[in-house]
Amino acid sequence: MHAPHRSSYLNAEIGLRSWLLTTDHKRIALLYFAGITFFFAIGGLAATLIRLELITPQGDLGSPDFYNRLFTMHGVIMVWFFLIPSIPATMGNFVIPLMIGARDLAFPRLNLLSWYLYIAGGLITVAALLLGGIDTGWTFYEPYSTFYATGYIILAVFGIFVAGFSSILTGLNFIVTVHKLRAPGMTWYRLPVFVWSTYATSLILVLATPVLAMTLLMLLAERVLHVGIFSPQLGGDPLLFQHMFWFYSHPAVYIMILPSMGVISEVVPVFAGKRLFGYEFVVWCSIAIAAIGFLVWGHHMFVAGQALYASLAFSFLSYLVAVPSAIKVFNWTATLHEGWIRFDAPMLYAFGFIGLFTIGGLTGLFLAALPIDVHVTDTYFVVAHFHYIMVGGAVMGYFAGLHYWWPKITGRCYPEYWARFAAILAFFGFNLTFFPQFILGYLGMPRRYQSYPPEFQIWHVLSSAGASILAVGYALPLFYLFWSILKGARAPANPWNATGLEWSVSSPPPAENFAVTPAVVRPPYQYDQGKPCMQADHG
Amino acid sequence: MADEALSFQFATPVQQREAVTLGMWAFLATEVLFFGALIAAYFNYRIWFGAEFVAAAQMTKVVLGTTNTAVLLTSSACMAMAVTSFEAGSRRRPTLWLLATAVLGLAFIAIKGFEYSLEYGEHLVPALNFDLARHGGVAEIFFMFYFCATGLHALHLLIGIALVTWLAIWIGTGRINRGGSTTRLIGLYWHFVDVVWIFLFPLIYLAGRNG
Repeated sequence: MHAPHRSSYLNAEIGLRSWLLTTDHKRIALLYFAGITFFFAIGGLAATLIRLELITPQGDLGSPDFYNRLFTMHGVIMVWFFLIPSIPATMGNFVIPLMIGARDLAFPRLNLLSWYLYIAGGLITVAALLLGGIDTGWTFYEPYSTFYATGYIILAVFGIFVAGFSSILTGLNFIVTVHKLRAPGMTWYRLPVFVWSTYATSLILVLATPVLAMTLLMLLAERVLHVGIFSPQLGGDPLLFQHMFWFYSHPAVYIMILPSMGVISEVVPVFAGKRLFGYEFVVWCSIAIAAIGFLVWGHHMFVAGQALYASLAFSFLSYLVAVPSAIKVFNWTATLHEGWIRFDAPMLYAFGFIGLFTIGGLTGLFLAALPIDVHVTDTYFVVAHFHYIMVGGAVMGYFAGLHYWWPKITGRCYPEYWARFAAILAFFGFNLTFFPQFILGYLGMPRRYQSYPPEFQIWHVLSSAGASILAVGYALPLFYLFWSILKGARAPANPWNATGLEWSVSSPPPAENFAVTPAVVRPPYQYDQGKPCMQADHG
Repeated sequence: MADEALSFQFATPVQQREAVTLGMWAFLATEVLFFGALIAAYFNYRIWFGAEFVAAAQMTKVVLGTTNTAVLLTSSACMAMAVTSFEAGSRRRPTLWLLATAVLGLAFIAIKGFEYSLEYGEHLVPALNFDLARHGGVAEIFFMFYFCATGLHALHLLIGIALVTWLAIWIGTGRINRGGSTTRLIGLYWHFVDVVWIFLFPLIYLAGRNG
């Protein structure tokens, strides 16, 4: 079983140049891994400082202005430079061509350009945040961001604008790849759900991101030229900015969560040794979420002064978008029924996802209800809700996928017990961090304040204590995954008994993916007495 | 998008042609949403400030705008001829049609530049020399949209002119094979830039001019 000098994409070429100029989707995925880990660390550092500050009721870690810059930095980095590219650009890049039996994405050079745009945008934004920071919050609300905010708004907004093109080009590449590069026999209903989810995500990337780009351009024009577009002082309409911003930024939430749902749909059948329950429903729910997700942005503006009838319509549509999400949760759960369940690390992360996403989704229904939303708008209830979706959901899914595909990506096995420990630690740390924030918000603690009345302190202390556990849960994988590269056992081609095409090539895969284009003969997730029936018969 | 040879990720030339075509359409979908956001914002104020916007629109140079519409539509016709004659196998004719396309594109830019200079003379350029006392704040918002929209359109057109010129040289010197998609894709892009103008022209120039 020992083959030390087997040729793979990792050693097909060597040297820094071969990495920075690569057009291999698998290598570009690793470039993204490096970038995303870097930005996750910066965003996490800001979060750590925020939680430290909030242990005591008075402000003691720098000025209120410094605190404003901290939460802005946390939001901007985490949203645009971690969550949005996280799963699609790393695991999507790596496994989608493998899953559909292709040799690469449709446009490999464009793929590399996407990475450079992402890194350039990220560095520009980080430079703005380090040069003095910005204090608008990640939403850049008008007229605050053009008239009152201090700092390097122009530079930060420009960085986000540049990174937006990375999103657009990645989405475009995935759409074309899924449409045109599927292997013979890989029909739409034989695609693994992860491919469908990433496809739905790509539709949002391509159709929503340009609206953000234009909105940011108009914001820049106003801030630079001082001519009214959004600012009431100049005759503009600040609500227009909110409409345009959320027209992108609400679908952006689905950009973050849909790929995670795709990962969970891969992991659950494999570790239950069973067909995914209701494949067609899961698939069409992804598309439904992407479509309805474009029509709910107004629920961010219930107290902003939009028309009541508009609010009613947005409230109804926000309830509606919860339906396909709920269907997925039921389908994952039903898949477990009478399954041959194994509790490996990816499955533990998947269980964490299902539980936390359910809480995040249900509290989303609270917020879709007009009277409750008026009560808890801009409180920690909202903060807790979206962290259950974006951290409990999206980040758990990220770690589930990372652990699931790690043996394929690196050709090495990680220490399973440490991985399970980290998964359980992250789950408990997460709940201790964010569940108290629901209570805080319900009691009336507003978000984005450095100091607060002493009666809230107990909940903040609980939350900060949880954050320290969560931090360990996130830091542990860095160590044991790095260790596995050096010392881990060599991974077989299909360590989890999965059925997808990516598991029928060696670990790590050869540079050209498939020596012969595979012929796909059956749908994914087929098991016979718990034994996997591979999607492709290979000779 | 080298289309002379079959790139390694594709199995057949047909697959490659379909993929690059879909890629261009997806890119144009992005562009539609990009301009669409600006036009949506314009509509917001067009409805809100109806009368003032109509008054501001009277200050646009409708004769020059109409001339430019004709110039741009003609350029698209030339582009269509270039694509057809290229696919019919000719080398000289698509080169000439492409040069005509580029020249008409440049004519559009020249007329647009002349128009901008007239507007500069009338103190209609926001942030540069806008005469608030004479024209009013709403007119400034109108002209902000005018310069943003036509400016971004002109930028797209300049990129198109560069692409078309490059393509003319490459076809003229025989460096592009007949089966390739590049000509058709650049054609799609050119027509898209034309269609954007078809929307901008009535929105900006014809507001309130119907009697």
